[in-house]
Amino acid sequence: MLRERLLEFALPAAALILALFFWEFVVWYEAVPPYVLPAPSLILKTLYIDWWTLYGSLLVTLRITFEALLTAILGGVALAMLFAQSRVVERAFFPFAVVMQVTPIVSIAPLLLVYLSTGTAVLVCAFLVAFFPILSNTALGLASADHNLIDLFDLYRASHWQQLLWLRLPSALPYFLGGLRIGGGLALIGAIVAEIAAGSAGQGAGLAYRIVESGFRLNIPRMFAALLLISVAGILIFLFFTALSHLLLRRWHDSARRKEA
Amino acid sequence: MSATVEKQAASGPPSSGASLSGDALVSLRGVSKVFANRVTALAGLNLDVREGEFLSLLGPSGCGKSTVLRLIARLTNPTDGAIEWRGGRPEIGFVFQEPTLMPWATVFSNVFLPLRFRGVSRGEAKGRVEEALERVGLSKFVNAYPRELSGGMKMRVSIARALVLRPPLLLMDEPFAALDEITRIKLNDDLVQLKVALGATIIFVTHSVYESVYLSTRIVVMAPRPGRVVANIPVEAPLPRDEEFRLSAPYAEKCRETSIALHGAMEGMSLA
Repeated sequence: MLRERLLEFALPAAALILALFFWEFVVWYEAVPPYVLPAPSLILKTLYIDWWTLYGSLLVTLRITFEALLTAILGGVALAMLFAQSRVVERAFFPFAVVMQVTPIVSIAPLLLVYLSTGTAVLVCAFLVAFFPILSNTALGLASADHNLIDLFDLYRASHWQQLLWLRLPSALPYFLGGLRIGGGLALIGAIVAEIAAGSAGQGAGLAYRIVESGFRLNIPRMFAALLLISVAGILIFLFFTALSHLLLRRWHDSARRKEA
Repeated sequence: MSATVEKQAASGPPSSGASLSGDALVSLRGVSKVFANRVTALAGLNLDVREGEFLSLLGPSGCGKSTVLRLIARLTNPTDGAIEWRGGRPEIGFVFQEPTLMPWATVFSNVFLPLRFRGVSRGEAKGRVEEALERVGLSKFVNAYPRELSGGMKMRVSIARALVLRPPLLLMDEPFAALDEITRIKLNDDLVQLKVALGATIIFVTHSVYESVYLSTRIVVMAPRPGRVVANIPVEAPLPRDEEFRLSAPYAEKCRETSIALHGAMEGMSLA
């Protein structure tokens, strides 16, 4: 058991370290110039030297991501609950949500930049991509409550609100958390895409701008360092919501059930 | 004696209590049910449920026996006819074919649910929830989650939930159909004990001849297309019953009689 778990982590870690050494070796052996492909050691060094610039940008990007995600959660859950109360509302508004989802965010970003201030436009872009998975998953969850349990609530003459609070919302929780895991990653992607489209410099520059800027200056090591930070941020967001999901569902939901030997 | 009439056919004045037969708790008078897809589940059904009896509704699929329960529980309304209660509609407990538990809630919270609807606080409910769980032999599992329980235990929790408001009428819709034979025999035995201890009226839907004979004081055999009553078989053996009854000659004879009635109900049905 312990050995299996050790292998689960050790194997990918070993593969990663091996790949990094191979990368380092190729760069050294072929004498690849850093503006083409920097060695991992140089990327880490750049991360250390440029830390305060990059860290500031990371905070900007993360703030946008979480603000967008929070708005998407509030909006998505509220709209899903409205859909659950009335089929008419769902029929009327769901197509709008679909249109918002299928239109690539890169193509809306320039328009939003015309209408809104840069900061707001970036936030709206990140919100738009995170919103749909949360809305559609929550709506699906609210609609998939056990029909026998609905009968039971009807038998005891439960009110609409009691049914929503004690039956539909708990039924929707696993679906909502699934939406959150997708939405969390998408909010980060939305923020990055919008930042690149906006290309805003100065104080409020996010990580995406650092990448664009490094490209212009042919500062490829810094570009890689910024990329690394984005990846790490994405992984941490994913891990956070996976852990949250596990914590909330482990007692009762099948998705969180440990496989028995 | 007063009668509440839930739905009256357009013609005629509301019937008085006199139309109810002597000790009927609830009477279905000419009840028809046609679904939206135009399938006639029941056609002019007349059925008296007597106070304190264990009534089994036995019949092949599609004979409308589950619909009878849903009508009595007011989960659906009759297309025609009336459902009359003596002394008003009582509190009703309902046990579904599946355990129908909330997977996110502990055994305690699941059994507590009906009390919660009645505005009872968790603290006040503690004693009654524990009592209901004790009746089904699950006192030790108050804090367990449904997925930690076996199929039979889940069904027991479901029964405890139906009992927690101490309803004078308990409706059970093929509650043991999905369980294995051994578990089913054990639960049948326990249900007989429960029936004697509670004295509640029970209407039990099943398509098992043996189960209906073992449990019931009366069996109503129903036929499909359209759903109607074709036989009325009293089972005289006194409650409680045990393994001895299951091995006795009267039991075998009753099973034979009931099987013949059931075969009659299936006459003309195409082989499915």
